[in-house]
Amino acid sequence: MDASGIGLWGVPLAILGGAIRVSTPFIFVSLGEAITERSGRINLGLEGTLVFGAMAAYAVAVITGSPWLGLVAAAFAGLCFGLFHGWICKFARVNDIAIGIALMQFGSGLAFFFGKPFIQPSAPDLPAIPLGAWSDIPQVQAALDVNVLFLIGAALAVFLWWAFRNTRAGLIVRVVGDSSDAARAMGLNPNTVRLIATGVGGALAGIGGAYLSLYYPGSWTERISSGQGLMAVALVIFARWNPLGCFAAALLFGGAGALGPALQSVGVTQGYYLFYAAPYILTLVIMIATSSPSRSLAGAPGELSITK
Amino acid sequence: MAEIVTEVGMPVTFGARSHPAALEWMARRAEAFVIPLAALVVGMALFSLFILAVGKSPVQLYETMWRGGFGSWFSMQNSLSRAAPLLLAALCVALPARLGLVVIGGEGAIVLGGVAAAAAGTALDGVPSFIVILVMGVAGMAAGGIWIGAVGALRHYRAVNETISSLLMAYIAIALMNQLVEGPLRDPASLNKPSTQPLADIYRIGDMPGMEVHWGLAVGVVACVVSWVLIEKTRWGFAARIAGGNVRAAQVQGLAVGSLIVGFTGLAGGFAGLAGMLEVAAVQGSANASLAAGYGYTGILVAFLARHNPLAIIPVAFLLGGIDASGGLIQRRMDLPDATVLVLQGMLFIVILFSETFYGRFKAFNPDLWQRSN
Repeated sequence: MDASGIGLWGVPLAILGGAIRVSTPFIFVSLGEAITERSGRINLGLEGTLVFGAMAAYAVAVITGSPWLGLVAAAFAGLCFGLFHGWICKFARVNDIAIGIALMQFGSGLAFFFGKPFIQPSAPDLPAIPLGAWSDIPQVQAALDVNVLFLIGAALAVFLWWAFRNTRAGLIVRVVGDSSDAARAMGLNPNTVRLIATGVGGALAGIGGAYLSLYYPGSWTERISSGQGLMAVALVIFARWNPLGCFAAALLFGGAGALGPALQSVGVTQGYYLFYAAPYILTLVIMIATSSPSRSLAGAPGELSITK
Repeated sequence: MAEIVTEVGMPVTFGARSHPAALEWMARRAEAFVIPLAALVVGMALFSLFILAVGKSPVQLYETMWRGGFGSWFSMQNSLSRAAPLLLAALCVALPARLGLVVIGGEGAIVLGGVAAAAAGTALDGVPSFIVILVMGVAGMAAGGIWIGAVGALRHYRAVNETISSLLMAYIAIALMNQLVEGPLRDPASLNKPSTQPLADIYRIGDMPGMEVHWGLAVGVVACVVSWVLIEKTRWGFAARIAGGNVRAAQVQGLAVGSLIVGFTGLAGGFAGLAGMLEVAAVQGSANASLAAGYGYTGILVAFLARHNPLAIIPVAFLLGGIDASGGLIQRRMDLPDATVLVLQGMLFIVILFSETFYGRFKAFNPDLWQRSN
C-alpha cells in the first residue's frame, strides 16, 4: 500500500501513535503526583523536576553514552527535588503550593544553567519496541513504535492501583493523607511518610523528564516542557487519585497533544496554534466539569490543601 | 450590624507596662522588615555558595550585579524600566493573595492586554492621541481583567483551583496571541518576527522628564499606592481581608464573597493587562511574541518577597528589575549562562517562603512576651 494511500485515516492513526508517545511523561508525572497527593501534600514543583530531569538525563547520556544511566540520573535528581519539597513543607506555615511554585522556577532555572553546554551534542535514545512490525504501512509502524518506558508506566499504574489497596505501605500513605491525627494515633509520623511519598513522586517525575529528552521529542532544549508537569497535577485530580485513572487520563491528554501535529501532517495548517493549545483547553474544561462548589470530590485525601 | 470582635485574648495588663508605647509599636513593625531582609541576605549567601561551587567568584558576581543593575545612572534607568511591568505583574499576584487565592497566570493577562491594546491602537488610527492611549489602556485592562476575573469566577462558582487554572489560562493566552499575531492581526511587513501593525509615533508613550524611563513606571507606582489604599483603607479591602481569613465567617457576616473575588481578581488581571499595554505602547511599538518575556513569572516572586503588601512591592520590583537587568552583563563578564539570574531568583523565592515559619517565634518582636517574663 502506498504511504499516502491511507489519506485521512492518517489522522486518527497519528493521534493514536501520538497519544502513546506524548502520554508517557504524563503517566510518570501523574503517578508520582498521585502518590504525593494521596499522602496529603501537593507538589506543583514537578514541572521544574520534569525539566531538570530532562536535562540531567540528557547530560549524563551524552557524557557516558548510556541512556539508561541518564534515566537513573534523572530519577535521582527528581528524588532530591522531591525530598527537598517534602522536608521544607514540614515546617509550620510553609505552604506546599507556594513552595511548589518556587521549585518550578528553581528547577527550570538550574536546568537551564547546567544544560547550556548540552544543547548542541546529541545523546543516544532510549530503545523502542516495534509493535507494528506486522504491518507494511509505515504510518502504522510509526504509530506502534512503543517505547519501553510506556510499557513500564502502564505496569506501574496497575501495580500502584493494587498496592494502594492491598499493601501495608499503600494503607499507610492513605491514612496519612486522610487524617494526620489518625495517623499519629496509629504511631505513624505523617511528616516522614509525606517526605518519602514526595521523594518517590519526584523520582517518577524525573523519569518522565528523561523520556522527554531521550526519546520524544528526543533532544534537550529550554522549551522541552511547556506545562506538562503542571497538567499532570490537574490530571491527578481529574483521575480522582486513582492510578488506573491517571493512566487513562494521560492517554487522553497525549491524544490531545498529538492533535496539532497530526492535522499538520495531512496539510491542515489553519489554527495551528489553537490546536497546540488543545491540551491546556482540555485540562481546563475537565477541571471545570469535574469540580463542584457544593460537594467535596469523591476520593479526595482529607489532608490535601488544594481540595479543602 | 453585627459586632466585630477584635483583639481576642490580648494578655495586656494595663499599668504594668514598663516600656514606652513607641518602642512596642516599633518592635511589632520591625518583624515585617527584619525577617524578609534576613531572608534576602541568607538567600544571597546560599547563592554565593552555589557560585563558588561552579568555580566563580561570588564577590565578582555581586560586584557585576551591582554595576549592571544599580551602580550608575545608566544602569539604574535600565532597572527602573524593567521594574515598571514588574510592579503591575506583582499586583496581579498580591491582590488575589489578600483573598487567600494563589494566582500565578499573570503572564497570560500581560500578553492579552498587549494584543488588545495593539488592536485598539491600530484600529483607531487618526483619532487624537490622548483618546487613543486612553482607549488602549482600557482595552488592555479589560482583556487582562476578563482573563484573570474568569479565574476568580471559576474559583468561586465552580471551585476550580485558581493556581492551576490561571497557569493553564496563561498557556492558552500565549497560544491565542500567536494565532492572532500570525493570522488576522499580522502586519504583512513583519517577516522574521510576526507582529501587529506598528503604532503610529504619536500613539507611543514616551519617557518621563529628565530620564530615559517611560511613564509606565509612574503608572505602576500609582497602581501600587491605589491598591494599598484599597486594601488597607476601604471597606472592600477590609471585607477582602476577612474573606481571605475565613470564607465562611465572611459569608455569615453577609459579605458578597463572590463579587469580592471576581472584583479583586478582575482588577488584578486589569493591572497585568495594563503592563502588557505599556510594553506595547512604550517599549515594543507593536504586539509580538516578546510580550511573553517572563514578567508575569518574575512578578510572582516580587509579590511573595513583598509579602503581598502593595507598598513593599515598589522597592522589591526595583530590586528584581535590577537583578534582571544585570543578567546580560553577568553573562558577558563572567562567562556564566543567562539562567544564572533565574537560579538566584529561585533560591530567594524558596528562602523567603521558608522564612514564613519564623514569624511569631522571636520574643524581641512581641512586647506581650516582654511583660510576661517580668
